[in-house]
Amino acid sequence: MSRTGIVVFLVVCVLFVVSWVVKAGTGDPEGHYIRDGFLVTFAAFLTLAIMSFMYKDNPYYKFAEHLFVGVSAAYWMCLAFWSTLVGNLVPRISERLSNAFMVPHQPGEYNFFFYIPVILGILLLMRLSPKGGWISRWPLAFIVGTTAGLNFVRYLRSDFINQINSTFLPLAVDWQGFGHFFSNLSLNATGQFVAMFGNCVIFFGVLCGVIYFFFSKEHTGWFGRASRVGIWVLMITFGASFGYTVMGRISLLVGRLTFLLRDWLGIAS
Amino acid sequence: MKRQIPVLLVFAFGVFTLFQFFVPHESSEWVYEFLLDWILIIGVFAMAVGIWSLFRVSVEKIKTRKSGWGYSYITLGSLIAMMVFGFTVRNGEAWGWFFAFVAAIVLAVFLVIQAVIDRGKAYLFAGLAGLCVAAAVVMAALDPAWSIHFQTAEGLQSTMFRAVFDYTLIPIFATMFSLLAFFIASAAYRAFRARNLMATLLLLAALIVMSRFNPFLQPILGEYVAKTSNWLMNVPNMAAQRAIIMGVGLGIAATALKVVLGIERGYMGKG
Repeated sequence: MSRTGIVVFLVVCVLFVVSWVVKAGTGDPEGHYIRDGFLVTFAAFLTLAIMSFMYKDNPYYKFAEHLFVGVSAAYWMCLAFWSTLVGNLVPRISERLSNAFMVPHQPGEYNFFFYIPVILGILLLMRLSPKGGWISRWPLAFIVGTTAGLNFVRYLRSDFINQINSTFLPLAVDWQGFGHFFSNLSLNATGQFVAMFGNCVIFFGVLCGVIYFFFSKEHTGWFGRASRVGIWVLMITFGASFGYTVMGRISLLVGRLTFLLRDWLGIAS
Repeated sequence: MKRQIPVLLVFAFGVFTLFQFFVPHESSEWVYEFLLDWILIIGVFAMAVGIWSLFRVSVEKIKTRKSGWGYSYITLGSLIAMMVFGFTVRNGEAWGWFFAFVAAIVLAVFLVIQAVIDRGKAYLFAGLAGLCVAAAVVMAALDPAWSIHFQTAEGLQSTMFRAVFDYTLIPIFATMFSLLAFFIASAAYRAFRARNLMATLLLLAALIVMSRFNPFLQPILGEYVAKTSNWLMNVPNMAAQRAIIMGVGLGIAATALKVVLGIERGYMGKG
């Protein structure tokens, strides 16, 4: 480690301890103020460590990154164990185990077949064995087969048939005279013009978008022109999605800054 | 046996779940619900395989002294500590020897890793690890402040598990995503120059949507921008999204069919 690195490390350590002491000192004397002071300081340190990546990759960022990997892996493992194995499986297979884990036993739902996924799960653990790894393909085949069958029907219905169904909209709405039609020309309004225009944009937008993604025919002539309109519609979508994403990320940033300024430093209300 | 049985299993379960949709009978739906539960249960075991893999990769990195090997101790330490937090609950207000117990467990694992790496001093490290485990067992047996559980009748009592989630995972996760705002902004500077019609459409759509969510601009621009932005999101945006979704849906259905029919066998790996 370079001399600058050591100095920065010492400064960070001192600031951490000072912050911990100050936060613990201002905490609730009735509660766990030492632990709470540490947690708030640690959260602020992690926030600043991740933000330091904007300058360049550094040991503090790497620390936070590796911590995240370990903590999140254990978090999901514990949740899966307690909610799926203990919450759903144990009450259905054994009263003794249910009592041990303090979950209510469900004798009405007892089923011998619930032992099968346990056996398949144990077979999956054979993947860790250098010689018996091939056995883990059986539970994997079960998951892959079942998911493939489910996805085939689910996605064909929701992402294909239902989308086509929703695209075929009436392009002309009930005519109520020129006055009604032209009084609502703006996108700001909700009149006949906007409804008709919106339905046309959806129908022709989907059609042109699909044409753009159809590569089995050369994009020339009317097909090429339709494909070009498809790109325009896609560009509007990408722009709108971009704007939406940016604002979402900025709201997260505001949240983190609020935490640093209000919860940690206490300088903003 | 090694390759044929998995293909047969995929075909059998794939065809069953595929046709199950067309047979809305009580017994077929019962089997369907059953299969969904099975997938969830097997998934937990798959997660255990993943955790073990992470553990092995980290130990291997320490063993071979690859670049950044020291950070693997952070990963392993946090993994084990969070596991302990996830399997213990506090019984009263006091913490007792809980944090010493967690430290002893983490230290024991580190010493075992060191024993595996340094064969010359394996007995020394293994002995020290044994001492740490013994200390942890004594603390677990004698300390009434906490016990091995996750949830009690009063609800989730694993306060450290919840605290680590609130004060470690959430800050890292939120800050990582918020950082993307800066990177997106620099990408936008390059992409958003109105050089042609397509770039102009991209720029205008993004500006309108961003103005709609900007609290400073909203009083100036009024309701018009909000409504136009809503129209952009609900009409042209939906049209293009629909075209993309239809392609994705067809792709997923085709891939699923290839898997069920045994044409696509990538899930089996090599060997």
